[in-house]
Amino acid sequence: MERALNSPVPLSKRFWPVFRTIAIVYVILLLGQQAGLEPGRIVREMTDNPVIIVQQLIVGLANAAIITIVALGYTMVYGIVESINFAHSSVFMLTTFVALLTMSWLVNAETKAPLWVAIVAFIPAMAAGGLINGLVERYAYRSLRKNAKIVGLIAGLGMDFVLQNIGLQIGAFGKLPNAYPNVEGIKFLKILGNQNASPKSFPAVNEFFSGPGIPVNVLEFIDPHATLRITPADLLVIITAVVLVFALNWFVKNTRSGKAMRAVAQNPAAASMMGIDVDRIINLTYVIGGALAGAAAVMFGVYNGTTSSSIGATTGLNSFTAAVLGGVGNIQGAALGAVFIGLLSSLSDQFISSRWTNAWVFMTLVLVMLIKPTGILGTEGGEKA
Amino acid sequence: MAILELKNVHTYYGNIHALKGINLTVEEGEVVTLIGSNGAGKTTTLRTIQGLLKPREGSIKLNGEELTKLPPHDVVKRGVSQSPEGRLVFPRMSVKENLEMGAFQRNDKDGIAADMEKVFGLFPRMKERINQRAGTLSGGEQQMLAMGRALMAKPRVLLLDEPSMGLAPILVDLIFDIIRELHHQKTTILLVEQNARIALSVADRGYVLETGEIVLSGNAKDLAHNPEVEAAYLGGKAH
Ligand SMILES: Nc1ncnc2c1ncn2[C@@H]1O[C@H](COP(=O)(O)OP(=O)(O)OP(=O)(O)O)[C@@H](O)[C@H]1O
Ligand SMILES: [Mg+2]
Repeated sequence: MERALNSPVPLSKRFWPVFRTIAIVYVILLLGQQAGLEPGRIVREMTDNPVIIVQQLIVGLANAAIITIVALGYTMVYGIVESINFAHSSVFMLTTFVALLTMSWLVNAETKAPLWVAIVAFIPAMAAGGLINGLVERYAYRSLRKNAKIVGLIAGLGMDFVLQNIGLQIGAFGKLPNAYPNVEGIKFLKILGNQNASPKSFPAVNEFFSGPGIPVNVLEFIDPHATLRITPADLLVIITAVVLVFALNWFVKNTRSGKAMRAVAQNPAAASMMGIDVDRIINLTYVIGGALAGAAAVMFGVYNGTTSSSIGATTGLNSFTAAVLGGVGNIQGAALGAVFIGLLSSLSDQFISSRWTNAWVFMTLVLVMLIKPTGILGTEGGEKA
Repeated sequence: MAILELKNVHTYYGNIHALKGINLTVEEGEVVTLIGSNGAGKTTTLRTIQGLLKPREGSIKLNGEELTKLPPHDVVKRGVSQSPEGRLVFPRMSVKENLEMGAFQRNDKDGIAADMEKVFGLFPRMKERINQRAGTLSGGEQQMLAMGRALMAKPRVLLLDEPSMGLAPILVDLIFDIIRELHHQKTTILLVEQNARIALSVADRGYVLETGEIVLSGNAKDLAHNPEVEAAYLGGKAH
């Protein structure tokens, strides 16, 4: 202490940390305004209409459901090969088209589809996702695995471009139901490569309820006239996500293959000595991750109503962030991270500024990584269930 | 016919010539030890037998069947299991799950359950800690688990890589008592050790490995009294 007090450190250096803190606070306050962080207005909007908060929480949870299922694919693969599958978001994107094709083949896109159409669509979408991801692992990643990690990562980026361009081709294919019916699909073929094909719309799943949703008067104590809308799509995605998370957890904990996956994740050399075919188990992990991406694709289509070849990026980014937030390799962590991001995004969209939502999400990610580099539920080296 | 037979095995790490023509046999029911100092190639030999490393030359036969063409999981299926150097237990799995992983290539549920009881008979401490995560076990307990896990494969040849490593003398004695017991039960064992004295005390025969080559071999008792072995591996004084 004494030494610090009479230290010969120049004044400028001693005041530098203080100055820096003031500068950072100043910049955040200044930029925060630009990015929609206006505490006064936010509090006013929230107190004026508290029902909106609850409504946004539902939106957030529904988005979290989709993010969770995509995040599982990132987190499982990372848990087992300690590498990021950069092609995962594009596998998800491609399977939205598989879901769309199936659903529109079963019913006319203009009409409302019964619930079973969405449920049936899970089968081809999950099969396609598993197949694509499995093939990508087998032929793009496997032989590179003994090289430095960066080689596999770059191969993943390459595969991502390949799959995105396939998506672009499919998206431009005129036979698909189109959100803009006056636009001929053929015309889009001409502008391939510099523009996304138009969004394709899904049939609206509406078995139980007509209209935009079910009015629920659970908030009478706040406002007797307030109604909260919970749509069948909300219910479908949330229930599906919960079921899938529990199913995957059970699989990894109790089945022979699931245990082998955990063994490979914890020590591939030892797993190999136990007689586990490590390559086969890694491939299985990619197949399951891809199948989950396919399930998420149906959820996404039913929930958002449209898709395009560019939807992989945002969903992928959010899901990857969720996986990292929750602790890579951790199934429950991915769900927790997704709920966090889903809620943060929907609240930011409503109350801060939707244009800045991604910035806020990533700022949170950076903060979490600074405080706990292994993620919220993560342990050293990544936790596998 | 020897149950395990290595003939002129050459293994490389890139350009490093780690095994320079190993010849070695293990008969059914025998405990054979492979001793040698750091970096001699003992672990490399075991990894090559299990198919984790592919030899560039030579043959490895289990009961006359060539193993060098098989992937590791098929070698395990044929009956070669290993308690590896550094134990390598699955840290976030329970003791029970670790043992189950040892039996990964088996489907005889009843046999697996019976063998788990046998392992618990050898290592009662594993039964006490059946639901504990392996990563939280002590070093000695992890060694017991690694051996138990290898036994769960019901191996025809059990490979043990430095089971005494990093253990207090009392635990080393305990582990070697188990090895004697396994020997008594006619388990075929290839035992790799740096602790030559204790290894030669349990083994029937021994091989001395130096920089990738077998320089001496023979009856364990004779090796223990061989002046060269005494000087190099037994600290110069006879037991
Ligand atoms: N992965 C590797 N890459 C390159 N060289 C290796 C590798 N593993 C081992 N070696 C080299 O091969 C030789 C034999 O190593 P090995 O691990 O088989 O020795 P060891 O007899 O088991 O030694 P220790 O008693 O220390 O365990 C050593 O010179 C070592 O440096
Ligand atoms: Mg060794």
